[in-house]
Amino acid sequence: MPKDDGIGASTKRREDIRFLTGKGRYTADINLRDQAIAVFVRSEVAHGRINSIDTAAAAAMPGVLAIMTGADFASVGGNPAGWYVASRDGATMKEPKRPVLAHGKVRHVGDAYAVVVAETLEQAKDAAAAIEADITELPAIVNMADAVANADNRVHDEIENNVCFDWGWIEDNRAAVDAAFASAPHVTTLELVNNRLVPNAMEPRASIGDYDPGTQDYKLYTTSQNPHLTRLLIAAFVLGIPENKLTVIAPDVGGGFGSKIYHYGEEAAVLAASKALNRPVKWVAERSESFLSDAHGRDHVTKIQLALEKDGTFLALRTETMANVGAYLSNFATVTPTFLHGTLMAGPYKTPLVYVNVKAVFTNTAPVDAYRGAGRPEATFSIERVVDMAADELEIDKVEIRRKNLIGADQFPYTTPVGLVYDIGNYQATLDKLIELGDLAGFEKRASESKARGKLRGLGLSTWIEACGIAPSALVGALGARVGLFDAATVRVNATGSISVMTGAHSHGQGHETVFAQVVAERLGIPATSIDIVHGDTSKIPFGMGSYGSRSLAVAGSAMVKAVDKIIAKGKKIAAHMLEASENDIVFEDGKFSVTGTDKAKTFGEIAFSAYVPHNYPLETLEPGLEESAFYDPANFTYPAGAYACEVEVDAETGQVTVASFTCADDFGNVMNPMIVEGQVHGGVGQGIGQALLENTSYDENGQLLTASYMDYAMPRTTDVPFYTVDHSCVTACTHNPLGVKGCGEAGAIGSPPAVVNAVVDALQRGGYTHVKHIDMPVSPSRVWSAING
Amino acid sequence: MYNFEFVKPASIAEATAALESDGAQALSGGQTLLPTMKQRLAAPDVLVSLTGIAEMQGVCLGDVGLHIGAATPHAVVAREAAAHYPALAKLAGGIGDPAVRNRGTIGGSVANNDPAACYPSAVLASGATVVTNRRRIAADDYFQGLFTTALEEGEFITQVLFPIPQKAAYVKFNQPASRFALAAVFVAKFADGVRVAVTGASNGGVFRWAEAEAALSANFSADALAGLSVDADDMISDLHGTAAYRANLVKVLTGRAVSAA
Repeated sequence: MPKDDGIGASTKRREDIRFLTGKGRYTADINLRDQAIAVFVRSEVAHGRINSIDTAAAAAMPGVLAIMTGADFASVGGNPAGWYVASRDGATMKEPKRPVLAHGKVRHVGDAYAVVVAETLEQAKDAAAAIEADITELPAIVNMADAVANADNRVHDEIENNVCFDWGWIEDNRAAVDAAFASAPHVTTLELVNNRLVPNAMEPRASIGDYDPGTQDYKLYTTSQNPHLTRLLIAAFVLGIPENKLTVIAPDVGGGFGSKIYHYGEEAAVLAASKALNRPVKWVAERSESFLSDAHGRDHVTKIQLALEKDGTFLALRTETMANVGAYLSNFATVTPTFLHGTLMAGPYKTPLVYVNVKAVFTNTAPVDAYRGAGRPEATFSIERVVDMAADELEIDKVEIRRKNLIGADQFPYTTPVGLVYDIGNYQATLDKLIELGDLAGFEKRASESKARGKLRGLGLSTWIEACGIAPSALVGALGARVGLFDAATVRVNATGSISVMTGAHSHGQGHETVFAQVVAERLGIPATSIDIVHGDTSKIPFGMGSYGSRSLAVAGSAMVKAVDKIIAKGKKIAAHMLEASENDIVFEDGKFSVTGTDKAKTFGEIAFSAYVPHNYPLETLEPGLEESAFYDPANFTYPAGAYACEVEVDAETGQVTVASFTCADDFGNVMNPMIVEGQVHGGVGQGIGQALLENTSYDENGQLLTASYMDYAMPRTTDVPFYTVDHSCVTACTHNPLGVKGCGEAGAIGSPPAVVNAVVDALQRGGYTHVKHIDMPVSPSRVWSAING
Repeated sequence: MYNFEFVKPASIAEATAALESDGAQALSGGQTLLPTMKQRLAAPDVLVSLTGIAEMQGVCLGDVGLHIGAATPHAVVAREAAAHYPALAKLAGGIGDPAVRNRGTIGGSVANNDPAACYPSAVLASGATVVTNRRRIAADDYFQGLFTTALEEGEFITQVLFPIPQKAAYVKFNQPASRFALAAVFVAKFADGVRVAVTGASNGGVFRWAEAEAALSANFSADALAGLSVDADDMISDLHGTAAYRANLVKVLTGRAVSAA
């Protein structure tokens, strides 16, 4: 059994004490002396040319301190795309400037074109309402097919047909894939939509700019998953503030799910306003602003085809996808539908030939970027739906078609036809575990019980894989990334033996403060209670790349382990000196440095104290102090995988779908805190059920967001999800990081949507509605009923 | 939210007087009005709270049946009507969430007449009487379309008087996001016939389904609805359901309400 607070223990989350007692300190909770309040003025039309903005009346209103418009930022830089993606014909990616505030044109409802700063929120709102913008409305470009077909109507005047890039992966394989299709005994074709989602973090975005005229230092408090990236973007691209003069602090952050990875214009605007006024300037988004201006997720329209032998052996797979990037390129908008999506299209299968084509399309909608899973849910949904459809067409059992095509446990490392090398896995093991845990053998009995109650029961499977722990800088650099994706840690041992660990990862709900302390406690053999995890403040932590892509433990955690190993190495030197032994004879175990083969030993605490009271150190060979830093850049992605089963009941009269059960058999590699891992899976599956059944982001033909509040945007509630059965006992440890961990944050959201939709289609098929082959998400009651009666 | 004056009269007479001033607006539980004001979509000069008037509070048995003060929160109705009119109590207990049920009131809901609100169907199906500070209005005369009622300027509901049916049930199908009624049906069987009121579904707001009432008055069973259908032309079509879907729901839910009654 693990110790109470070491690796493998379900240690209760220490951060929950403050979160659950209202003591969390979020950006909106921070109030600086003399702060002024900012309100952004946002476009009410989806597409329009700004002729003029008259701020005179607003500027004269009570309490108004400053009004800035796009013109005030015309000379500063744009917020860049973080990844270069070339078209398959070699054409360069189209990268329109994304300004701090809209200038010249507004390009989506909610596009901010002015900011008002006033003494109070009410004064700022009053003045914002008094700004007179003369905007000539242009036809809105909402639908991607229309955007691509229309040469004259452009989101960005310089970008023809609104296409950012037309990407082929891997282009050299295209001919071979097409040839395989031409001669295949069976081809299954499916057209589907991966529905657009609004992230809906519990905490809306908020930012405070705080310029100190005395030191000329800037501070930005902001809701970020990634404070160093935000600092880098503001410094190097947007405002040109030197990094040493800009501190970015992301304090407690109430959820991100991707939407807070990115730098947003509001952050630059409050910094600039603070500089102009010599006062702190604070902005807190209202929920309606979140709906309109947070980066949305998904939004793919896909045609996927699977070529098979009659016995169900996969021969080739190809897809054509249009991916909506919205009005501007958000920081990860170009990588999400490409290298986080196309490279996953082999899934866990041995499909020998795969070709993926993705067109990224500009529209007059909010920017679209990574959202929990980021490209991999889109890939998994497409694959797992077409596999089910092929099984139906060929009358093959849904378990057997998967088992037949899964990569074998003896085939790792496995090189896929889409450019990844899976280091390790055992997909049969998780499938077998699923069959056992989910009692798949008992399904027919449960189905007849449902039938007795007038309900159609269905069973849906999903065998999924993801590439996460992003990522190796060398690999992502070769693929077009403009940043490195290492991470960093500093371990500072204090004189009394307590420890502060500064990490480049950012916790916004994940529980890093608990888990990271468990890992360090285990490695050093000291209680976790004497270890603090420090994150989120660029003036305190080493340069790291934040948290997303299930990377925190695999990448930043590995950096932390490396730094701890350096602490142990340094401790051995100190112990050798104190114990008058050779460094090579010192062993470190259970928190003690001892001379091998003797009972001579020093505790970790004694070593720490000595490091800061070095009265007799040989200073030429032994430095005082006990503090070490490490950077870690992984050799590969990590590849968590698993098998999910969803059972639903469908009320055919109303189309209502109820999730009756959901079972997960996951392989996350080694697990540090099972309770937190299970919580991550619960949350991820909950979001996946939300996408599958409820969440629908809908713009009308004028580009107005119809689902702009919780009156129309349906979030999953506790009553929409079942009690989950989750298991992570199938472990193949990651081969290339020191903890053998793979990451678990996105798994649930990646693996679950196809299991839900497969279950609904299965229920309808079993119920005799065999004409229903597919229903697009969200599988709402109305859509199910229409499919049944269609 | 813009600034406003706030008054909290202690009697119906005081409230009537307060509502005569320009820009005055009655406020009950505020579950619709306050969010609208926060969004700056409404800006009354004076809010006249109706929740401090003792005679507008509470649930009791009276001449007509169950008499409910207009300022009674849903949670109180859910609790106190349960022994006398279980279908009505169940309806009240299914509105919104606990916070809404502890602030929102029956009078506020009936005065607002949101086409997807629950209460209008109970008022109409029960043949209730809406009592105002000026008069008594029969339910059949009260509801006049989306957000439209017989209430005149300065008039507010003080009580709703519900005849208690022999049997009744309310079956609601939730709109997935708001959990208002995507469609919901209240069926009430009285000695002299059956009344069926539908909310959430129609472009015209709450309505009585006359064909179903006739069929059920002759034979109070779900089978009696077999040959009937609802005209989809009058139904709401939106993101959450087509008109045809809502027409289907009305029939399905009516049958289920009859079975549950």
